Amino acid sequence: MAIVFQRPHALKEKPLHYCPGCTHGIVHRLVAEVIDELGIEGITIGVSPVGCAYNNYEYFECDMVQAAHGRAPAVATGIKRVHPDKVVFTYQGDGDLAAIGTAEIIHAANRGEKITTIFINNAIYGMTSGQMAPTTLEGQVTTTTPFGRKPELHGYPVRVCEMISTLGGAVFVERVSVCDIKNINNTKRAIKKAFQVQMAGKGFSLVEVLSTCPTNWGLDPVEALQWLKDNMEPFYRLGNFKGKDLEV
Amino acid sequence: MGEKLLMKGNEVIAEAAIRAGCRYYFGYPITPQTEIMHYIAKKFPSIGGTFIQAESEVAAINMVYGAAAAGARVMTSSSSPGISLKQEGLSYIAGAELPAVIVNIVRCGPGLGGILPSQGDYFQAVKGGGHGDYKMVVLAPSSIQELYELTVEAFNIADRYRIAVMIMGDGTLGQMMETVEFRDREEIEEADKSWAVTGTRMEREHNVITSIYIDPEVLEDLNNRLQAKYRIIEQREVRVETYNCDGADIIVSAFGTVARIVKNVIRMAEKEGIRVGLIRPITLWPFPTETFRKYAEVPAAFLSVELNAGQMVEDVRLAVNGKREVYFYGRTGGMIPTQKEILDKIREIYKNSR
Ligand SMILES: Cc1ncc(C[n+]2csc(CCOP(=O)(O)OP(=O)(O)O)c2C)c(N)n1
Ligand code: SF4
Repeated sequence: MAIVFQRPHALKEKPLHYCPGCTHGIVHRLVAEVIDELGIEGITIGVSPVGCAYNNYEYFECDMVQAAHGRAPAVATGIKRVHPDKVVFTYQGDGDLAAIGTAEIIHAANRGEKITTIFINNAIYGMTSGQMAPTTLEGQVTTTTPFGRKPELHGYPVRVCEMISTLGGAVFVERVSVCDIKNINNTKRAIKKAFQVQMAGKGFSLVEVLSTCPTNWGLDPVEALQWLKDNMEPFYRLGNFKGKDLEV
Repeated sequence: MGEKLLMKGNEVIAEAAIRAGCRYYFGYPITPQTEIMHYIAKKFPSIGGTFIQAESEVAAINMVYGAAAAGARVMTSSSSPGISLKQEGLSYIAGAELPAVIVNIVRCGPGLGGILPSQGDYFQAVKGGGHGDYKMVVLAPSSIQELYELTVEAFNIADRYRIAVMIMGDGTLGQMMETVEFRDREEIEEADKSWAVTGTRMEREHNVITSIYIDPEVLEDLNNRLQAKYRIIEQREVRVETYNCDGADIIVSAFGTVARIVKNVIRMAEKEGIRVGLIRPITLWPFPTETFRKYAEVPAAFLSVELNAGQMVEDVRLAVNGKREVYFYGRTGGMIPTQKEILDKIREIYKNSR
């Protein structure tokens, strides 16, 4: 009998700790599938963030380093400079990457560090129970914006891909979504390309994945996917921002 | 011994690191230690080293964390305000048990303070600085020759115990020139780095470098392991210089460049019939407690002289444990105590103790 679907080798056989309907798990799986398909598990080193995915080092079969909040790009820089022949990726949430770690991501990108960042934009702080993130939408209710995000008080949602793609060292920047099967497949394609860009030594690559946090959005998993489609996608334009035609 | 050169302290640190096999340096400019970075920027390209001028000290120490996790000999250097920013990273390095060398050419604070010499970071270096229960080995050289030797040794100690080692000097040490005699070959200890992230090559279980343990029992185990390691370091790695202590009336404690001033004062006091000894901790942690205990019953008293408002004096008092009075004399703000000031203090203590 032909096996048509199975757990990717790069993902350990271990139940994920994420809430039901959380899309962190989908993205983990996609990263693992890409690692399998590229045959790079033995030469890949991942960097875990601070956020709900803080312990994703327990799920990936490759070598892993846990970093302080927001510092993953600097940690990955240190690793990659020691092992330029390895594939190094960071996996970061929007609080981690776009608030406390803004300096680290911008400068790692600008230096053109040959690393790949998987950026999970779920418009909220998941782990610490639903506070406003830099990516929280206008009007969005969070535990620290109980009356909705008001730009005059809280500033505007940050568009990371638009910002990063202005930097010389960033060569592949794409925003994708995991709201349905079609988009999930597209996300995998983008992640694969981002890794390939790194392996070809081109420079820094980032994939922003629009994701859900049903728990802190106060929605069930299906409603959350719909909310992502209806509210996040209009503001966070999907598509490639840089490096679409890079030969890898 | 080999080549003898006249060199500036900061350059000696960089040269010593290179000789110790350090090929990764991450830093952010700050006076009075930037020459370390300049030297490395110039030398590294020809020896295959990697230097990054980071966007901040926070980033620099996290690059150190990454490179150390990847198994490399790695160093960063800074001065007080920058070292404050590195405290987060130092705590993580301690929790993840990574070897790293950190140089602090201390300047005076608090705040932006000034760029002149100070020892005001003693507490920060030996009592923690970052969060949680952890220690760093802290080395305090007082001459350029010693700066060289301790810098090389710092890398060995870091690897031996998977611990951060800080070399703490002040602006005087960093900026002054003295002759240094380099060894022809350094003793570079081989360390087992099978724990490092190097890629599994599909040949072993994955390695994980982390400092987070949500299960309290597991985290207590880590803490117990760290503490056991610290006790071993306290037994094995104490370095101290004693000078003129046997038969002394008064014992002065001083570290780094201040100890050099004190040595001159000892000669001046001798002429007046006051016998003064010096205990110079070379490792600020582990502190040479036993040496202080040995001399705790010195006839008169102890005096700690420091470039701060009274920091190491607390450890001296703990070591002496009430057996004798422990006095303090210090200057702050970049002011350096003169020989006369210290001698006056010694005279006063001597008179009062009679
Ligand atoms: C220095 C520091 N500040 C704050 C925290 C607390 N903290 C943990 S996770 C987190 C937010 C994470 O949010 P995000 O990056 O969006 O990831 P998510 O949990 O949504 O996946 C914060 C503020 C911390 N661990 N360290
Ligand atoms: S809190 Fe949100 S981001 Fe975190 S696991 Fe739950 S659903 Fe996912």
